[in-house]
Parts: sequence; structure tokens; C-alpha cells
Amino acid sequence: MTALDRAPDGPAEAGQVAAPDEAAGPTGLLRALVRNRLAAAALVVLAAFVVVALVGDRVAPYGPNEVSSADKLRAPSLEHPFGTDQLGRDVLSRVLIGAEPSLRVGLVAVGIALVAGVVLGLVAGYYRGLVDDVVMRCMDVLFAFPAILLAIAVMAIRGRGATNAMIAIGVVYTPIFARVTRASVLTVREQVFVRAARSIGAGDLRIMTRHVLPNVAAPIIVQTSISLAFAILAEAALSFIGLGTQPPEPSWGRMLADGRGFIQDAWWMAVFPGLAIFAVVLSFNVTGDALRDALDPRQRSAIESAAGRG
Amino acid sequence: MAAEPVLAVDDLRVTIATRRGPARVVNGVSWAVAPGETLAVVGESGSGKSVSVLSLLGLVPRPPATVTGRATFQGQDLVALPEEALRKVRGPGIAMVFQDPMTSLNPVLTVGRQLTEGMEVHLGLDRRAATERAAELLDLVGIPSPRERLASYPHHLSGGMRQRVMIAVALSCEPAVLIADEATTALDVTIQAQIVELIAELQRELGMAVVWITHDLGVVAGIADRVAVMYAGRIVEEGAVDDLYADPRHPYTRGLLASLPVLGDRARGGEGRHPADLAVIPGLPPDPVHLPPGCPFHPRCPVRADERCATEEPPLRPVPGARGPAPHRVATFYDLPPEDRR
Repeated sequence: MTALDRAPDGPAEAGQVAAPDEAAGPTGLLRALVRNRLAAAALVVLAAFVVVALVGDRVAPYGPNEVSSADKLRAPSLEHPFGTDQLGRDVLSRVLIGAEPSLRVGLVAVGIALVAGVVLGLVAGYYRGLVDDVVMRCMDVLFAFPAILLAIAVMAIRGRGATNAMIAIGVVYTPIFARVTRASVLTVREQVFVRAARSIGAGDLRIMTRHVLPNVAAPIIVQTSISLAFAILAEAALSFIGLGTQPPEPSWGRMLADGRGFIQDAWWMAVFPGLAIFAVVLSFNVTGDALRDALDPRQRSAIESAAGRG
Repeated sequence: MAAEPVLAVDDLRVTIATRRGPARVVNGVSWAVAPGETLAVVGESGSGKSVSVLSLLGLVPRPPATVTGRATFQGQDLVALPEEALRKVRGPGIAMVFQDPMTSLNPVLTVGRQLTEGMEVHLGLDRRAATERAAELLDLVGIPSPRERLASYPHHLSGGMRQRVMIAVALSCEPAVLIADEATTALDVTIQAQIVELIAELQRELGMAVVWITHDLGVVAGIADRVAVMYAGRIVEEGAVDDLYADPRHPYTRGLLASLPVLGDRARGGEGRHPADLAVIPGLPPDPVHLPPGCPFHPRCPVRADERCATEEPPLRPVPGARGPAPHRVATFYDLPPEDRR
């Protein structure tokens, strides 16, 4: 992580005009991420997760609900690398196929929270005053509930199922995005360049979308990455208590719940889906951290030049 | 100064509501600039010089500020203009260059995007045409290989370069008035000189009026036509730059001039001024929430030659012998004898 530590913006000041820097743009960001070994590993895990979510049902050796009463509770073997559950279903296949609902719920839920939270936070932080008070107090009310409890409450109103789980998790994470966005907007709106943009005649919408939003993007992207981890965890938790993905569709949380009863005799039933959740959640968190370090444009060129020298 | 002023400010007052009470930041300021003319508004920090120009463009949030008075620009009163109409003035009418080029450019947008902003808003140019003009503007402000620089981010540029970019941004809509708010303060001395010279040159080329806001009398001496000295939100002395520098009549102006280091200024028959001889004006500017009665400078004033100084506000009046439509004026009750200059 040393290369990513905050460095003074020295190199740009050294010459009158620094050399054009190819690091700008998404490819440079990716390069900066890959240079961080831990983040690179996390990205590999996430890439694998996405691939499995897309093609899991085709590569799985067995069907997710292929019951075999002869193969109940088999320990991991060559035939069943992750063992089988109490109905003789292949745990590996179910873990692979269960990636898809986890990813879908995570993405959609965070998407809802991201859009709603960023818009609310941007408007509240930019306009301040009454708008700010009303929006943020509403967010505080949502925030005051324990996350899972709030999700359960939403699902109690809307009914169980994966779609409602997405909405519930989205609602739960909206206040975080609103707060993160607003906090950054509060500092950015006072910057001289906002005043400068206003002085050249830019309107509120233009200033919000073109000047403020890109400057608050870094914490929002980091929050997105970390929220994906929590959303997947929340989906697992909701499924664990039977509110999320419904059987017989495989889901990591659901499998964890099923495996709990057999933990003494068949540890593999709970451990493998648990490991899957662990790996994905950890990877999202590590990526979020690395993104935070890499996203500052000034730091990015510092990274580039440090890499050029070393 | 015979030309019709393009921007005329009349009795401008800005009061800002604070927790401690209303702060009277600008207290009845009047000035005017004509096309091609340069007005310097000089004063120390907190004298209200920046707020007075920011309030003209509606860049001081109201509330907490209240702005009264008149500012006539192209037949409109800027003070009374609603935000929407004011937006059309910002840029093509009046443009600003701010103090710190490190913070007045958006760090996450390229130079090109920031340059084209005003043109997109006001001139309705499409991307290509705006980019074309942006390159011309960078060339105009003396940035080498302008086309490549359009893709640069602000952190790729040095402070002087950034200020040149800011000037290009301000010029992008061909403003009638350019306000330079401490535009050279954050730069080192050689760059300062370059920027001052650049703006003077552009002014000659484009014929705009320039208002320099600065605390540095030295910066404006060479370029301004007229100087207005502000103290505690009032103009205490104004006049043509030569009159004012040659014969400052207000004790505050004299204090300011005496506090400047002079390098072997033989034109004035001096030997230069040694740093140890630099005068200091004791005390601090008054708190705008609790302005003293009478002349705001009297608590720090070394003269106080009239008893009304402590009770009455001295009005701005022409100095004896001053002539012309915009004579040398000073806000004192008395006439100081000509200064004894070494």
C-alpha cells in the first residue's frame, strides 16, 4: 500500500507544465488498482464471482435441486467436492448457482440506494436550508432503525421474495448514500471553483452535475463497493431467516440456514456457502479501500510518477 | 474618463447577518469604470473590497447578506436583477478572475471542459466550435501548445499557468468588464508581473474595463488609471493613480504607502526605503459588527486633526485644487499638509 499513501502534489509543480499523463481515465484507474496486490487479488475474486453468477448454472456438475436420497450428507469427495446436503443435493452446484441471486440482489439493491441516496444528498447538500433539513431528517429516521430490522419491516409490508428483498435492502442503504453524498457536497459547494463556475454564468443543475458530482464521486464509489458487500450480506441474512430468496432456488443465506442444523455432522453444508459469502464480501471491501486510495486524481499522478521512478 | 461608464456603482451597501448581529461590510461605496479603463480598488483584508464586487454579481448569498444601492450595467440595475437575468450578465457581461488559481479550477475536469463551459452556456456553441475557440483563448493568454493543454487537468499546470487558464475562462465570453479579485496575490512576484502585464495587454486588445481588487498598492501603480482606497467598507480616498500616489491626502492612504518597500526609487528622488524604515499602521481594522462612530479609521489614526473625527463620518470631498469630472477626493475633515517624503 505504500505507493498509494497520500503524497504531496509535488511532481506537477516541479515544471511549468508536467508531461501529459496517460493515467487519466478508467484504464489508469485499473492500472493503479492492479498495482496494489491485495486489490488485484480481490478483483480476481470478484471477476470469478461475476463469471460464476453469469454461467454458474451451465458449469455446475449437478442441477441445483437434483435430489438423490442415496447420497445424503456425503462428505466432500471427488464426486462432490463440497459434499452433499440432507437431500443429497450437490453443495458445489448450489454454491455456484447461488451466486447469481446474490449478485442480482446486491446490484439492484445498491443501485436503488445509490440513485436515491445520491440525488437526495446532492440536492440537500447543495441547496441547504429547509430542503436539507427535511431530506436529512427523513434519512435520520430511516437510519435510526437497525438495518436488518428495517429490511424485515419493509418485507413485512411488501411480502417475502427476492424482489422485495432488493427493495428492502435498497431502502435500508439509501440514507448512507445520502449522508456520504451530502457531507462531500457540503465541502465542495464552498470551493472557489464552484463560485468561479457561477461567475461565468453556470446554473444550479450544471454546477451540481458537472462540478459538484464528479468531485464527490470518489467517496460514493467507495461507498458503493462497500455497500455491495453489505447488501450481499443482508440478502444472505434475509434468506437465512426465510424472507429473501425462496426455496427451492438456491441462495447462500438459505444454504447457511439449512446447514446450521447439520453443523455437527455435515460441516461442509454451512462452511462452503459461508466461505463464498466471506470471499465476496471481503473482496468488495478490499476493492472499496483500494478505490478510495486510487481515485484522487492528484494522488493518481503521484502513483504514476512513483511507479515511473521505482 | 470622459467616456460613458460601462459599470457604475452607486451607494452600494452590503450587510451580512451574523450570530453577533448585522455586520456592515460595505457601507456606501460608489465608483464607475469606462470601457478600456482600469480601476483599482485597494484595501487590506476585511475592508469589504471583495464582497463589494461579489455582491454585484449576486455571488454573495442572500440571505444572510442584504445588498442595497445601485449598480448600473448596460442599462440594468444589477442589485435589483433576479438570479436568472443575473446569470446572463455573468460571463459575457462581467467576468471574474479569483485569487487562488489552485482552488478556482475544478480539479476533476480538464482545462478544455472548464474553458468551454461559459461558451456553452452563453454563446450556444457546439463542442467542436467551443473547443476550437478554447484553444485560441489559451494561445491568447500565452500558454504554449494550447491544443494539447486542453486535455490537461489543473494539477498538471503550475500556479501561473492555472491563473492564465482562469483568465482565459473569464475572457471566453468576451466580457465588457473583467474583475480581477486579488488575481495575483497567490502568485510569486515574477509571475505576478507577467499576469498583470497579460491583463493589461488583453485589455488594450479587447477594450474591456478592468477592476483590480488588491491589497497591494505596488501591483496597481503601473496599470491602474484610477484608484479607490477602501477602509471598513468605505472609500476613504480616490483619484487618478498619479495624483493619489504623488499626493495622498488620507492618513490611511499615507500609512499604506509608507508600509510599502521601495527599491531605490530615484524617480521620487529617494534612495529606496530600508525594510527597517517600513511604517506600520498600529491596530486592526474595526469589527464590521461594531463599527466605531465617526470616521472608521479614527481609532488607528495618527492625525485626528478634527474633533468631529470621533463623532461624524467624514464625507468624500474633492481635495483643494482638484479638477475634472472625477477629481481626487478624500474623506477627511481637514487637509493634510503635503507629505514630507525622503
